[in-house]
Amino acid sequence: MKKLLIGNHAIIQAALDSGVSYVSGYPGCPSAEIGDDFAKIAAENGVYVEWATNEKVGLESAIGASFSGLKSLVNMKSFGINVCADSLLPLAYTGTKGAMVIVIADDPSCWSSAQTEQNSRLYSHLSHIPTLEPANPQECYDFTMLAYEISEKFNTPVILHTVTRVNHQKMPVVFEGKKRDSEFKKGNFIKNHRQYVTMPPRTLEMKKELLDKVEKIKAYVEKSKVNKIDLSNNKFGIIVSGVAYLHVKEALEELKLDLPILKLGFFYPLPDEKIRKFIGSLKKVLVVEELDGIIEKEITALAKNANAKLEIFGKNLLPIIGELNVEKVCIALAKITGKKFSGFKVKDLNLLKRTAKLCDGCPYWYVFPVLKRIAPDAIYGGDIGCNMIASLAPHDLDDYMFAMGAGLGISHGVSKSTNQKVISIMGDGTFFHSGISSLINAVYNKSHPLFILLDNRITAMTGHQPNPGMGKTLMGENSDEISLEEIAKACGVKHVKVLDPINRLEFEDTVKEFLEKDEVSLIICKRICALLERRQKKL
Amino acid sequence: MEKTFNLILTGVGGQGIITLLQVIDESAFVEGYDVKSSELHGLSQRGGSVEAHVRFGKKVDSPMVSNGSADLILGLEVLEGLRESAKAGRQTKLLINDYTFPLIGAPSREEILKKLKETKKELFLVPASVECKDKLQNEIVCTMYLIGYAVAKKLMPIKKESVLKALNSIIPQKYLELNIKAFELGYGN
Repeated sequence: MKKLLIGNHAIIQAALDSGVSYVSGYPGCPSAEIGDDFAKIAAENGVYVEWATNEKVGLESAIGASFSGLKSLVNMKSFGINVCADSLLPLAYTGTKGAMVIVIADDPSCWSSAQTEQNSRLYSHLSHIPTLEPANPQECYDFTMLAYEISEKFNTPVILHTVTRVNHQKMPVVFEGKKRDSEFKKGNFIKNHRQYVTMPPRTLEMKKELLDKVEKIKAYVEKSKVNKIDLSNNKFGIIVSGVAYLHVKEALEELKLDLPILKLGFFYPLPDEKIRKFIGSLKKVLVVEELDGIIEKEITALAKNANAKLEIFGKNLLPIIGELNVEKVCIALAKITGKKFSGFKVKDLNLLKRTAKLCDGCPYWYVFPVLKRIAPDAIYGGDIGCNMIASLAPHDLDDYMFAMGAGLGISHGVSKSTNQKVISIMGDGTFFHSGISSLINAVYNKSHPLFILLDNRITAMTGHQPNPGMGKTLMGENSDEISLEEIAKACGVKHVKVLDPINRLEFEDTVKEFLEKDEVSLIICKRICALLERRQKKL
Repeated sequence: MEKTFNLILTGVGGQGIITLLQVIDESAFVEGYDVKSSELHGLSQRGGSVEAHVRFGKKVDSPMVSNGSADLILGLEVLEGLRESAKAGRQTKLLINDYTFPLIGAPSREEILKKLKETKKELFLVPASVECKDKLQNEIVCTMYLIGYAVAKKLMPIKKESVLKALNSIIPQKYLELNIKAFELGYGN
């Protein structure tokens, strides 16, 4: 079959064709369509799909499935791997039973990410988990298929590392499109204490087993065709991974250059022998990869024995900040070859930027201006989600904004360290993700921020994913709503008020009253996301 | 077609740029071209500037249109059209919906149009939103109007039949007739 697919849909297709039956993860841009759109076709294909409360729980959910013999797919954006790292590392030690592929979607240039421009590839070295980097949707399909093969063969999870320009790139993709049964086939957990319990002295044995496994995988990777060489007699060559390969191809055409290219499909482990051979006869090599020059460092080390005279170019000519494109690669190539490349000068029209803003009718319009007016001097903790728009004009409210759920943790510290009034804002999705532990900490260790939970009845920013506060699972099953208010009370918060912020006076009075408390207080502003409300009316 | 066709779509998040992109992608695919496109979601979606790239031809590698190399810039809004015109090369034509999405502090429509004319690019300023609102009571389908216009005026090397086929496979049955009407409205103007 051949269809136009974005990278995320090609990954879904490959998971289906590989026999996956268990999908979990946490929604984030640019990976969210993997869970959202898998859910739409899950039942007819005998697949179980869930959005977990956070990435760590999402990974653990798939680990349980894997230990029970099911094939699984885990998906998350870059920052998700930070959240799940605590369980990811031991998973490399225990290995998998049912095959598992973990999609980690980075976002160079921060198109839809706030906190950092993260290069998640470093986790592959830290965890010793084999990692593939597709350049386009066809490779998303092919590499995901391959990833399941490797996972099955070596009992290891495999990471598929993507970037926005791959997840949201579209092209005609050739795929199998296997017929599947609509029955969800349960697995069977066979006890294996030795393999699944990481406890010294086994831990160090397991580490040894893992390192031995990596050696075997290395031998496999050496022979793999996904590390491919485009031949040419030129003594200047290029080593490239991921989406940058596409930019290199176009740049060579633009500059009318014919250079040998080693395109790495594997990021970890690298095919050392193939690289040695490739660089052995070269005089110069340019390593093209996005963000940090990780491959470049490896190649520099390999060149010491393979070709000590080799001139290595990489991050001295290509930026570490921001995604790559054809022009940036052209500039680097022109500098090395002496070719002329003037590039294109983008005119400076000096136009006002149009940044993200709250939608018309957004319930947050009833919150931010009121806070700003009645507590202008308070210290404001922001958080991730639609409420991060509070950090932009005209609100300019947030005094700090970090990671999912981090605002309240920091607010506790500010409250303990100063005599200032502290107001911390968070959305319902983020509270379930990682806010609860911060709330317990603030209550138990006796600080007194005013905590404002914006309950818009959905995880809105990433595209309206259901969360435990709304009574529906990703597959549309009814589930009992988990009450924010009851959680807060159970965490020991004594001053809790649930209100609709459209009742301005009630909201104002409560803020004023709670700001005087010398204990943690909580206002739950409950009002449905305006887009969701419009959508529900349409149905 | 010898050379790859390069198209940049631009507008404000929520204007329907992803559907527009899907229909153009599919139309080019139906014609038998190799197609690559790149879209952005997420933070940029909420009322911010959005940009998507489409390239089609015999063989396409990169999904992104390099600065200066667009054949057509299709703007769903005047300010966003003007913003993107900074990347217009010698051959670039501008097809822009005469529609203003408010932004406090931004130049007026008249100033924007004046600046657009100063780009000295071949400019097609069309009342897609206005006509769709007047005649179809729906503004969001202005995207289909613009495709219709681009196809009729040969601003995009795609046949009418290919777009109709694409619409049939992309647009849900419930909205199909409305979208075809908008396309025809643009095609006829």
